[in-house]
Amino acid sequence: MVRRSPYPQWFYLPAGVVYGVLFVVPTFASFYFSLTRWTIFESHFIGLDNFVAFFREPALVRGFTNTLIYGVVTSGAKVVLGLALAVLLTSRIVARGWLRSVVFFPVLVSTIGVGLTFTVLLNPERGLVNQVLGAAGVDGPGWLTNPSYALLSVAMVDVWKGVGLATLIYIAGIVSIPQEYLEAARVDGASAWSVFRSVILPLARPATVTVIILSLIGGLRSFDLIWAMTRGGPGFTSDVVASVIYKQYQAGFAGLSTAGNVVLFAVVTAIVLPLSRFLNRKEVEL
Amino acid sequence: MRPHIIVAALTVLALSGCSAGSLGSSEDDGDGVTLSFLVDNSETNSKIAEGLAKDFTAANPGITVKVEVRPQGTEGDNIVKTRLSTGDMTDVFQYNSGSLLQALAPDKNLVPVDDPGAFDENFSTSVTSNGKVYGVPFGGYNAGAILYNKAAFAKAGVSVPATWADFMANNAKLKAAGVAPVIQTYQETWTSQLFVLGDFHNVSAAEPGFADAYTRNQTKYATSPAAVKGFQRLRQVHDAGYQNKDFASAKLDDGIRMLAEGTGAQYPILSGSIAQLTANFADKAKDIGLFAIPGDDAAKNGLTVWAPAGVYLPASTEGAKLDAAKKFLAFIGSAAGCDSQSQAYPPTGPYAVKGCTLPADVPQAVKDMQTYIDKPGASSLALEFLSPVKGPALEQICVEVGSGIRTPEAGAKLYDEDVKKQAQQLGLDGW
Repeated sequence: MVRRSPYPQWFYLPAGVVYGVLFVVPTFASFYFSLTRWTIFESHFIGLDNFVAFFREPALVRGFTNTLIYGVVTSGAKVVLGLALAVLLTSRIVARGWLRSVVFFPVLVSTIGVGLTFTVLLNPERGLVNQVLGAAGVDGPGWLTNPSYALLSVAMVDVWKGVGLATLIYIAGIVSIPQEYLEAARVDGASAWSVFRSVILPLARPATVTVIILSLIGGLRSFDLIWAMTRGGPGFTSDVVASVIYKQYQAGFAGLSTAGNVVLFAVVTAIVLPLSRFLNRKEVEL
Repeated sequence: MRPHIIVAALTVLALSGCSAGSLGSSEDDGDGVTLSFLVDNSETNSKIAEGLAKDFTAANPGITVKVEVRPQGTEGDNIVKTRLSTGDMTDVFQYNSGSLLQALAPDKNLVPVDDPGAFDENFSTSVTSNGKVYGVPFGGYNAGAILYNKAAFAKAGVSVPATWADFMANNAKLKAAGVAPVIQTYQETWTSQLFVLGDFHNVSAAEPGFADAYTRNQTKYATSPAAVKGFQRLRQVHDAGYQNKDFASAKLDDGIRMLAEGTGAQYPILSGSIAQLTANFADKAKDIGLFAIPGDDAAKNGLTVWAPAGVYLPASTEGAKLDAAKKFLAFIGSAAGCDSQSQAYPPTGPYAVKGCTLPADVPQAVKDMQTYIDKPGASSLALEFLSPVKGPALEQICVEVGSGIRTPEAGAKLYDEDVKKQAQQLGLDGW
């Protein structure tokens, strides 16, 4: 027999109402509106036409490619850099506490603020970055204005801003590894590299899973930084799915952009759900 | 049963919480009426709005007009649409005329004006929907044209071109003289569209009836030989290396500075930017002239003109505020309103109110513009005032074509696709 909770069920109500009104109702409403031609003022039911139009959107293929590149690049860089920084910051070094806060600091700054600051720094003619490069005799590229670099420049800034969180998760993961393993490894004469390779890396796996999942979801639905820095430009070259959707919404194609959001929701779920299952299963087997 | 009541109560609370704060009715003092007035945050328009508010308040004790600003461009469109659809709009607001106004569903959301006869017909048609006139003109006519630096022209020994071939020949000489022949500023994407949009007088001269056929989906940018030229010319200028070196990262401000200082010779832009030029480089304004975007045939060349923005009355304004708002609109659409605007900011184009004249000391470029407008057949309204069909992505497409990322033909084709969504959204026949 299921043990009855001492509290009545209606204690769920306040949270349930907030969740229902602010999350469940809009989500299901958006499924409906994605099937309409919706001008904000009125809507006509048009079946699946929005999805057809959305998939015909020329910027979309580019948007999806860019989204994947952006998600994989930022997520990968955060794992590698975050792990490296975490190993450094859990070792016995001078000013460790201070360095930890320095690494974490960019996470606390507003994304839009970071975006605008870096837009100024990366200006090809007058920006600090290219002036410094110029002083060193290197001709810096148009970081945000050259179609080949724009997306990667934004990804770089995203990594700068987000690596602190990845580091924090890794620090927690590494610190929670029982000292006995490390001591045993040292007694066996393991080098620093093999301690890292055979003890820290496998035992910090839950941290790796968390970092990959969080940063991949973040990267796949990233929007604010890209919008603040390039607005998807030059032209459409750094558009991601979210910025394509936002531009459609701005243009007043509310039904079309809602259809886009439903697609984005499905895509992120389709990528992250199996990935999370896969990574977590490995963890159990370990 | 109880959950339903709570949900309903919460919803009501949330909804009333949204609107009570922003109506600002608590700020009324005594029996006076306070009108809120939403305008875009460009320097010109916010100053004109402040001037109108001040002069109207002075002439009408008991009514106070408070100016609120919003962003420009698509972000501003978004705010206007959202506020209208939630009934949260200010008591009066300024917004574009033409195709953008049509997207606000005027019949449903706006109140028609009382005395539409007082305005120039070019303006009235651009604020008319189903036979009703919905706005009064705010600011003057604008031209999509090329502003040029006379000193730079004299130095390179060139004169105002009559045809596109002359224009390109001039560019070669200007470049040889060490000046950037054509200024482009793609960091502010809307500035990229002038070679396409400003070419419309030439398009309709070559293909009369283009606007109507375009609205009915019978002609397209990619298939009309006259219309696709705008995209091709944008690319020609890029491929010949006639743009300023920092075209990809420059903004409107930079463009105006280059033009005023003579490091750039010609800037295809909306003539409203003259205001910014006179404000920041007062001594250089006499050196800056204006000519229409050249076409193939010198005899048919003319200026493409943008109708002034309008001031509108949303359906959500009621009672004493509605009466006060109507008075305010009548003031804006009167000779006194024009004077008030001229005083608030130097005018950059003729007014659309009948009987309004420009002061004698307007900048040279405005005089050049007036010459085109006074000559019969030498000016026509831009496509967006003759057809409700306008795609939202033209600026990005122009940036790509003008930066050499996309071919002009592919750009024109992509724009035709973009336009289709807008036409379907408006429910036009033939799409």
